[in-house]
Amino acid sequence: MTILAPTAAPATSILALPDDQVALSIRDLDFFYGRTQALHGVSVGFKKQAVTALIGPSGCGKSTLLRVLNRIYSLYPGQRAEGRVLLDGEDILARGVDVAQLRARVGMVFQKPTPFPMSIFDNVAYGVRLYEKLPKAELAARVEQALRRAALWDEVKDKLKESGLSLSGGQQQRLCVARAIAVKPEVLLLDEPASALDPISTARLEETVAELKADHTVVIVTHNMGQAARLSDHTGFMYLGRLVEFGETEQVFTAPATERARDYITGRFG
Amino acid sequence: MSSASLRLSRRLGAWAFLGFAWLATALALLALAAILWTLVSQGLAGLDLAVFTMSTPAPGSRGGLLNAILGSIMMCTLAMLAAVFVGVLSGTWLSEFAGASRYGKVVRFVNDVLLAAPSILIGLFVYEIIVHPMKGFSGYAGAVALAMLAVPVITRTTEDVLRLQPVALREASVALGAPLWRTVLAVLWKAARSGMITGALLAFARISGETAPLLFTALNNQFLSLDLSKPTASLPAVIFQFALSAYDDWRRLAWAGALLIALAVLTVTILARLLSRETRRS
Repeated sequence: MTILAPTAAPATSILALPDDQVALSIRDLDFFYGRTQALHGVSVGFKKQAVTALIGPSGCGKSTLLRVLNRIYSLYPGQRAEGRVLLDGEDILARGVDVAQLRARVGMVFQKPTPFPMSIFDNVAYGVRLYEKLPKAELAARVEQALRRAALWDEVKDKLKESGLSLSGGQQQRLCVARAIAVKPEVLLLDEPASALDPISTARLEETVAELKADHTVVIVTHNMGQAARLSDHTGFMYLGRLVEFGETEQVFTAPATERARDYITGRFG
Repeated sequence: MSSASLRLSRRLGAWAFLGFAWLATALALLALAAILWTLVSQGLAGLDLAVFTMSTPAPGSRGGLLNAILGSIMMCTLAMLAAVFVGVLSGTWLSEFAGASRYGKVVRFVNDVLLAAPSILIGLFVYEIIVHPMKGFSGYAGAVALAMLAVPVITRTTEDVLRLQPVALREASVALGAPLWRTVLAVLWKAARSGMITGALLAFARISGETAPLLFTALNNQFLSLDLSKPTASLPAVIFQFALSAYDDWRRLAWAGALLIALAVLTVTILARLLSRETRRS
């Protein structure tokens, strides 16, 4: 039996966005966990004030790519990135970059909710206090604003002094979103933020994310195809550490240009 | 084998195993009950107000354990202050900053050795480095010896409870731009607080009954003294001296002292239990 490879589909298809629309521009990025190479020559731009979804099978490198963008990987001595990641034209991988400042501009929300063991108010104020010494009233206003935008304010406004750990899983995750946006980052990285949540909490979180793009560039890693299709303007499909396809979400989901993306999206593997 | 006889042999095996488990548990509890009974019945007989108001007497005269109680409290407090400081910092370093470095491994290994070191060795060591050069026994030397016993316990528990904190918690704080030291202070210590307190209380329970290291360092003192640069009385040392004596009144005081230590350790252990239950709930 022979399987004939379709001739028309290209191996990769990356949509190039105009430079002035791009918040984060990644050029020839390689990433290594010790000796294992996890990313191979990724080049792509993430659009300003839009949601970009990264999809692909487990272990394809989408979370790794996300972890490069605020250099959280540099916590671990064996991990290193090569290439360039330009944030407003400045290479964040260069030596001498102030990572604290970088992380104030590029926020991150993780897979599992990670409320700190402190009050709801202090959780949201934690990041703000790292950078700014605000008068009490201003800080309170900033916390309220962040909680409102994370669609959590109405549920917690009467118990800001209670522990962040007392909230439900979905509320905790929105608390983490509020904590991240309270610092007013330009870019918000979301690493499978809904994977530990029930459907109702997921829906609420998705509404929140959809509203965030008014002010932020959002990059979301997800295993949930429906979520990627609903939320994002652009979608990147990764496979074995390579960015295989990147384009308008509608186009990627309805008429994928590459065979691999088509197979993954129609459920033939992954 | 038929299924009926198989079932029977399995049931017999289960009964036998369960029986042994019950027996072993009963034996252990019986020993504990016997110890407690002896302690309470003998100790209560010697316990009166004088125990808390008067110092250790000469044989045949009235007296109490005030000097020993105060000496124990002072030395244990001083030792715990020093040990918590050193132990928490070194445990934190091992968990958060040492990584897989060789120095970290060495420190961890040495700490484990210290954890298992016989307390009399610690006493001899402190005798050599403090008592001998200073030409005299002192409460400070006693506190140093006790601290050296408490430090490895606190280091180990601190490292362990910090390691139990999810990686995501560290990353979440660092991702906001917080430096690692701030992450440790504001987030990790807070998250691990009750576990760390439990470790300190267990260390306290350990040192409060130590006798051997005190015999080489603080020695003992017949009289009430708040000066830790002089030989200092302690409950374990007084128990050691009085219990082996030929005088009934001394032996009664020794029992009372033993009961006091047991009560203090019991209180602290219950406190540690309550605290760790608090953690699990939150």
